[in-house]
Amino acid sequence: MLSLLPESLRHDRRLVWATYAGLALLLCLLPFLVDAGMGRTWVRILDFALLYVMLALGLNIVVGFAGLLDLGYVAFYAVGAYLYAILASPHFGLHLPFWVLLPLGAAIAGLFGMLLGAPTLRLRGDYLAIVTLGFGEIIRIFLNNLNAPVNITNGPQGINLIDPIQVAGLPLSKGLDLGILTLSGVHAHYYLFLTLTLLTIFIALRLQDSRIGRAWVAIREDEVAAVAMGINTRNIKLLAFAMGAMFGGVGGGLFSAFQGFVSPESFTLMESIMILSMVVLGGMGHIPGVILGAVALTLLPELLRYIGPLQQSLFGRVAVDPSDLRMLLFGMGLVLVMLFRPEGLWPSPKRARELHPDSPDVSRQEQEDLYDASR
Amino acid sequence: MDILLQQIINGLILGSLYALVALGYTMVYGILELINFAHGEIVMVGALVALAVLAGLAGTGLPGPVMLVIATLVAMAVCMVAGLLIERIAYRPLRTAPRLAPLITAIGVSIVLQNLAMIIWGRQYIAFPPILDIQIYELAGATITNIQLLIVAVATLGMIGLVLLVNRSRLGRAMRATAQNRDVAGLMGVDVNRVIAATFVIGSALGAVAGVLISAYYGIGHYAMGFILGLKAFTAAVLGGIGNIPGAVLGGLLLGIIESLGAGYIGDLTGGFLGSHYQDIFAFFILILVLIFRPSGLLGEQVADRA
Repeated sequence: MLSLLPESLRHDRRLVWATYAGLALLLCLLPFLVDAGMGRTWVRILDFALLYVMLALGLNIVVGFAGLLDLGYVAFYAVGAYLYAILASPHFGLHLPFWVLLPLGAAIAGLFGMLLGAPTLRLRGDYLAIVTLGFGEIIRIFLNNLNAPVNITNGPQGINLIDPIQVAGLPLSKGLDLGILTLSGVHAHYYLFLTLTLLTIFIALRLQDSRIGRAWVAIREDEVAAVAMGINTRNIKLLAFAMGAMFGGVGGGLFSAFQGFVSPESFTLMESIMILSMVVLGGMGHIPGVILGAVALTLLPELLRYIGPLQQSLFGRVAVDPSDLRMLLFGMGLVLVMLFRPEGLWPSPKRARELHPDSPDVSRQEQEDLYDASR
Repeated sequence: MDILLQQIINGLILGSLYALVALGYTMVYGILELINFAHGEIVMVGALVALAVLAGLAGTGLPGPVMLVIATLVAMAVCMVAGLLIERIAYRPLRTAPRLAPLITAIGVSIVLQNLAMIIWGRQYIAFPPILDIQIYELAGATITNIQLLIVAVATLGMIGLVLLVNRSRLGRAMRATAQNRDVAGLMGVDVNRVIAATFVIGSALGAVAGVLISAYYGIGHYAMGFILGLKAFTAAVLGGIGNIPGAVLGGLLLGIIESLGAGYIGDLTGGFLGSHYQDIFAFFILILVLIFRPSGLLGEQVADRA
């Protein structure tokens, strides 16, 4: 967990613990502060931010650690979401418990990851990207059309009235009564998601420092050298795909239970691209960066909703429909961040050094190495 | 039999449109190894600009074909400027950056263009005005309209023009040299920046033409039309072997034929289990199959991992 802190702070033990305690307190109080300051909608947005942190960390395993460009990540998210929706809703009259379906969703999504990975992993860079993209689209088209002749997914209408998450027999969406204080539905979900996010971060950190994690990075940096070092690249890449897919599957199950409704519209290519943008924008392969990217890209479009009132106060009228302008500004934001920080908002210290070396003649050589490595 | 022929003809027409768009992807990829995600939106801009010009010319009483030519030329000019600006602003500063950075800016540009088009032209579908008299020809039991013939003719001309440009002209030679090795090309006196800019401009011009033809073919234009089109065209480029110009044409035509045959026969093949709305699956399914057996596409070079 130490790597979450800036390097300069790591040496002072007390400071480290104080930071952790402050962070923990802030995370615990956050939904109440946000609720009081900005309203209940924003607590819901916080929940989504946590969900996206989990998804981005999952994709980060594939893209950031193993260096495999996956443009169809949303397929695994969809698999998890629909698995839960089908097995816990009035659609088939099945109501399996959430805590059984969550690991099942992870396992099935992981299986799909292997299914996609096995034949395609020997493809190089962009070819892999387009195949994963095609896979994502295939899954979405099936979800859209599997309502005839046997109605499995209920087609474009999606599946409604999905069972909420139950904790100790109580549905989380109705809120929790803890005696001294009552948590509303979105608050209760916040704490559940926070717990799971912390667990995800823990798993991601442990994976990163494990033998497997180092093998992933070795493959990313130089596949031929990795083979020479005795790494079974095919299996290790497959593992990256399956692992990433499992995170996606869990995220999908949570999404479906939290929303109470799923439809193919939530699983478009744009969604894959958004999650990829979170990883790249935050700082590929660097866990704190990816978390930052996920939170930033979830909050930014929501913050941009305020441009309507802002126009009102600046010009006295709403010049351009704010919902149109919102995504326009979002796109510009993506471009600008990448132009000024191509390595991401918070890259790993090593990567930042590679891209901004201090001495100019080292710079030339390293730039060339990097250029070669990225081909 | 005539249904089969009809489906093949439809596929060729659709395929020549895909091919025209795929050329834009493949040229940029060949030189920069960059997936220019914004190219689909360039096609959309071309279509919508042309439709706007046609709407503006509606009262002038000019003959239909003349109006179409004017609209196409304006669309080409707008798209060429747009392509140039995109390269200059979003890609050139990132040429030495990690390779996913330009991919994200490409996505950003594509979001910007789409929403800009939505603000300018609104969310509704824009109809292609009835400026051309549609004539239907019979051909061995299949039918083809004059608009469809026009599409095939223009697409073929565009492709031949591009091949001549790349293989015969001085600029083309510079482009091929830059694609092979940018640094060495620079040492040989090629102005690499100019060549890359020219590549974007040419690709965008072809994209604009494709946009006009597509809106004429379907009879409509829409701010979101570029996305799925770009996706299909990129698939076509990969299918043929990305970076390879004849490959893009082959991939486009194949994709068009596969799609139209797939849509026509999938119901019979699966005993009515899967209907024609699975059309898009065919494209991706074939793509995955081809790449499994020929990982560099149909006409792509077999490259070693570290060439």
